[in-house]
Amino acid sequence: MATVYIDGKPYAVDAHQNLLDQCLSLGFNLPYFCWHPALGSVGACRQCAVKQFKDEHDTRGKIVMACITQASDGARISIDDPEAVKFRAGVIEGLMLNHPHDCPVCDEGGECHLQDMTVMTGHDYRRYRFEKRTFRNQDLGPFVNHEMNRCIQCYRCVRFYRNYAGGRDLNALSIHQTVYFGRNQDGVLENEFSGNLVEVCPTGVFTDKTLKRHYTRKWDLMYAPSICVHCATGCNVSAGERYGTLRRIVNRFHHEVNGYFLCDRGRYGYEFVNSDKRVREARLNGNAITAEAAREHLREAVERGRAIGIGSPRASLESNFALRTLAGPGHFFSGIADRDQRLVALILDILRRGPCRVPTLHEIELCDAVVVLGEDVTNTAPRIALSVRQAVRQRSFEMAEKLKIPLWLDDGVRDAGQDQRSPLFVATIASTHLDEIASGVFRGVPDEIARFGFAVAHAIDSAAPSSGDFPAARGIADALKGAKRPLVVSGASCGSEAVIQAAANIAQACGAALYFIVPECNTLGCAMVAGGSLDAAFRLAAEGNVDTAIVLENDLYRRAPAPDVDAFIGNVPHLIVLDSLLTRTAERAELLVPAGTFAESAGTFVSGEGRAQRFFEVFPPDGVRESWRTLGMGRWSTLDEVLADLPAELPGLARARDAAPSAKFRIAGAKIAREAHRSSGRTAMLANINVSEPKTPVDPDSPLSFSMEGAEKKPPGALIPFFWSAGWNSIQATNTYQREVGGPLNGGDPGVRLIESSAKEKSYFAGVFEEFPAEGGEWLIVPIHHIFGSDELSLSAQAVAELVPAPYVAVGRESFAQNTMVRVEIAGQMFLLPVRIRSELGARVAALPAGIPPLAGLPLPQRGTIEEVK
Amino acid sequence: MTDTPLTKNMHADGSPVDLAEYEASGGYQAIRKVLGGIEPKQVTGMVKDAVLRGRGGAGFPTGTKWSFVPLGPEVPNPTYLVCNADEMEPGTFKDRLLMERDPHQLIEGMMLASYAIEADVAFIFLRNEYRLCAERLARALSDACAKQYLGKKIFGSDYSLEMHLHVSAGRYMCGEESGLLNALEGKRANPRLKPPYPTTAGLFGKPTVVNNVETLACVPHIVNRGAEWFRGLSRTRDGGTKLFGVSGKVKRPGLWEAPMGTLVREILEDYAGGMRDGVKFRGLLPGGASTDFIVESDLDLPMDFGGLAKAGSRMGTGTMIILDDGTCPVGMVRNLMQFFSRESCGWCTPCWSGLQWAERLLGAMEEGAGEPGDIEKLSELAWMWAPGHTYCALAPGAAEPLESALKHFRDDFERHIREKRCPYS
Repeated sequence: MATVYIDGKPYAVDAHQNLLDQCLSLGFNLPYFCWHPALGSVGACRQCAVKQFKDEHDTRGKIVMACITQASDGARISIDDPEAVKFRAGVIEGLMLNHPHDCPVCDEGGECHLQDMTVMTGHDYRRYRFEKRTFRNQDLGPFVNHEMNRCIQCYRCVRFYRNYAGGRDLNALSIHQTVYFGRNQDGVLENEFSGNLVEVCPTGVFTDKTLKRHYTRKWDLMYAPSICVHCATGCNVSAGERYGTLRRIVNRFHHEVNGYFLCDRGRYGYEFVNSDKRVREARLNGNAITAEAAREHLREAVERGRAIGIGSPRASLESNFALRTLAGPGHFFSGIADRDQRLVALILDILRRGPCRVPTLHEIELCDAVVVLGEDVTNTAPRIALSVRQAVRQRSFEMAEKLKIPLWLDDGVRDAGQDQRSPLFVATIASTHLDEIASGVFRGVPDEIARFGFAVAHAIDSAAPSSGDFPAARGIADALKGAKRPLVVSGASCGSEAVIQAAANIAQACGAALYFIVPECNTLGCAMVAGGSLDAAFRLAAEGNVDTAIVLENDLYRRAPAPDVDAFIGNVPHLIVLDSLLTRTAERAELLVPAGTFAESAGTFVSGEGRAQRFFEVFPPDGVRESWRTLGMGRWSTLDEVLADLPAELPGLARARDAAPSAKFRIAGAKIAREAHRSSGRTAMLANINVSEPKTPVDPDSPLSFSMEGAEKKPPGALIPFFWSAGWNSIQATNTYQREVGGPLNGGDPGVRLIESSAKEKSYFAGVFEEFPAEGGEWLIVPIHHIFGSDELSLSAQAVAELVPAPYVAVGRESFAQNTMVRVEIAGQMFLLPVRIRSELGARVAALPAGIPPLAGLPLPQRGTIEEVK
Repeated sequence: MTDTPLTKNMHADGSPVDLAEYEASGGYQAIRKVLGGIEPKQVTGMVKDAVLRGRGGAGFPTGTKWSFVPLGPEVPNPTYLVCNADEMEPGTFKDRLLMERDPHQLIEGMMLASYAIEADVAFIFLRNEYRLCAERLARALSDACAKQYLGKKIFGSDYSLEMHLHVSAGRYMCGEESGLLNALEGKRANPRLKPPYPTTAGLFGKPTVVNNVETLACVPHIVNRGAEWFRGLSRTRDGGTKLFGVSGKVKRPGLWEAPMGTLVREILEDYAGGMRDGVKFRGLLPGGASTDFIVESDLDLPMDFGGLAKAGSRMGTGTMIILDDGTCPVGMVRNLMQFFSRESCGWCTPCWSGLQWAERLLGAMEEGAGEPGDIEKLSELAWMWAPGHTYCALAPGAAEPLESALKHFRDDFERHIREKRCPYS
């Protein structure tokens, strides 16, 4: 700690930080643009100018930029110095010369950092009397709207997009006051994190294009803290609704998980909530029935006996638990196919047993050597890939430290570090976006990847079993051994237990952190509820032992080959499906019961990190309910009651209760408002239907109120519906919710880590490998994952759907020409598909895009045949 | 006749001194001598003793800059020398003369500098428009390579050096030391923040020295004839001769080599022949567009790195632009602001935003659309560009002619607004 004098008063500051960071942490309203807590300082905008004095006798001082000045001990600065005030006013005036002042029609209006800083600086009168410069805007695809005339040239967009996220197609073009932030031509932004531009941009140049379609001001939205449902990473999001439609997702800062950024699937996948495929009413044999009648039907089915429950990795912990309770533990099945379930069970076993720590995403960013085994991280858990991109910067941070360049001085660190990266090795089926920053890549089918992984582990520790000779293994082993904080990232996506075992062996051998990517938002939670596999349910039904199958938020056609699912449904006299979307399975249901999506329900997900995190109703459900409420059959009336019953049945999940404060939580006797103070039209919103203002619904499951009335104080992390502070109307208000800028939220980051191991013992897996040269003209068909396409729910989101690739089969160079139509026979099904060449695929290895209809549900890898259609 | 080492071999017809001729006049002897057993540190020592200061305009002591470069086998390879030949300062054409007429002098200077900092690779970063320089430098480099003066194990020593010519894409910012490094790396020519300094982490993150053409051209002579001789060339504490230029309505506009510290009046009257008949002197920019105007009463000051401080100005590149009484000072400053505004890289707000505002205010004045308050606004803008207020020296450089013009020629600005026209048109 150091002491800095600000306008004559001493303050304790962190001497390793810059003055802007520390002034903001101390609660001073010092305006800024180019600086961002995750992007560091570059000194471009000059908005954070303060006066610095040499010592207490210095009365003249000099103007310095707080963002690029170290908060060194004894420093004396003045924010209120008249010259500093005048300079900041000059800067904002300069920034505003060309700004169109179109706030009333700008989507950023009301949550605009430029508005906030302009007000903060006191600029209110335009003296510039010349023409403004104007630009032509670009169509950047379905996610991001472009309005360059609003630009103030702070460079945050390109610094995020290029430097932080590794994008290439957005650039700063031209010079002086006509710097153009765009692509060299119109086109979809290529980077998977482009949506963050919406939050990174301090004004309305980059705005949310999906929000534009159903635009609502920030203050008119009703929010709840939520958890992203589009992969297992568990990113914290804030979801906003008005008039019964979900309008947008914004980032909800979590220091250990998503930080300031989301992936585009997570930001834009939400539109499935508004999809016309939503199930809005109960149906019996296709005919609408009342909710009461549906419950009665469900009750009868259970009472008849021989009912089984099929859970889901995309349903909440509570809903899976409720189904298990309803059907009975012996009749609960996870809804995950046998092989996938084995993989998840293996992962859980490894993590529980230890000794490898599961890192948070923040910890991943600090790792100085990374091995990725089998996962195309950018497509299976995109936000983690963004963290890995930061991890490879560790070497440049080390170099900067040697050169005494402060780590927050972003340009200095990058100029010194240039292309120097910490080691990253990517062993995957096909090329991945992380390859471009990797020091080495390995390509092979899953068993080759596993064998390679075993060889790396053996090269680190000869006690680990060997698997054959891989010359590259030695170099990787050395890099991991030389690292202070090594990391292994692997997962279930290539369908191989051996890959997971190999990852565990490497991590144990070098004492690395170990992160396993699992497919869905509650895969781990569902697995922890412990039920039989889907295949077991199929077998039971085939034996004629199932009268009713209750399927919870699960499209079985995405879990198993269609013929198997057809057979199962044929074997089950009564199929009851609870779901939010009319899936292929839901279409076959005798009784279909609507289920609330994440936006209309409360519950808990367990992320890949093993972190139990709570999500809450964004808006009061209109006819649709949480599945746990439906399945509870009156057993529980609140979420807290479900959670109270959980520990006795499933002790491993007991602490899930603590993921967020209970519904009884109050701040000074008050609930927490889901709406902003200035939320408008509450009395008028439904006046066209009924002039009497409806009673505000009560949420029994959370301490959040469905109104703008609530506690004045800021809520704890798990209960923050939106970020907003006096004078800070934009998402930059996040600063005011943190202990110190960029640090954990006040009161701690939300969620509970359920899996911590204190074990020290290593125990290596012995490698068992499947030989693959295919026989008799067979191909080994492996999965390729797509950020847009492989996730079920976001497929029904309008903007995401635009970017989902058409089904194809990928092969290496030797066999078929590009675009040849081929017949792929696999798992008893036949598909006609065009060929895409992926030259990295070996002979007789083909790949199918995972999860993209009609290819969803294929257990991959799998042998099959491919023939040209003549 | 004073000694003029830099220009003495140049041909009056403008043709270049070729390799044979350069050698015949003692060329490539300095590098031979050094490679014959003089330590790099000793070369730096000679340059320090010679009080050679950077001729690009800032006047940083060259030997001191070299001494910041880490030496020895532990240093991460490669170390770079970059010759800043991106001469784009308005009114400045001194480096062009050196490169067009005597390219080997520069190459030898670069070899010596490279040796002193143990550089492995040297670049000449050349102004885009200097096509003839490019041609002649390329020829000279190829001749030097053909004779193995460049490349591996030069003159039988253990020292190896690659030298490349890189022609700039053509922007003023590429001539800013760190903007140049970014440009050479293929990035936007935005300046860099310091630290790190180029001598620690410069081109591609490696130790790098960037020196001006004229600075490097002095080095062979220092090595050949010694620091004391070099200091003796000067009339002041800064060593050597200096190329001085004059443009504007003088009798003999041109470029001459003269002792450092020659008086402004001597350059204006003795070398350039004084003002043309019929026009009177009003002021001059001593060394390019980014220096303050000086006026009649300042003409007896010496042209060296400190000499013009009394007049609130500086020598800069030493190539003067003369303002006469028939030329509108507002128009001249407008022209300069157009240049600076056009060349702003667009990084920091006071620069990209303020310069174009100033340019438009001056344009409005010239076109009879000036308004009361415009002069005060110009002063405010110039204050916004003070050193430290902006990211690099471009805008502070632009403030120099603007602020000094507002001081010396305020009446002209006021008349433009009062009369709603340019009184000179």
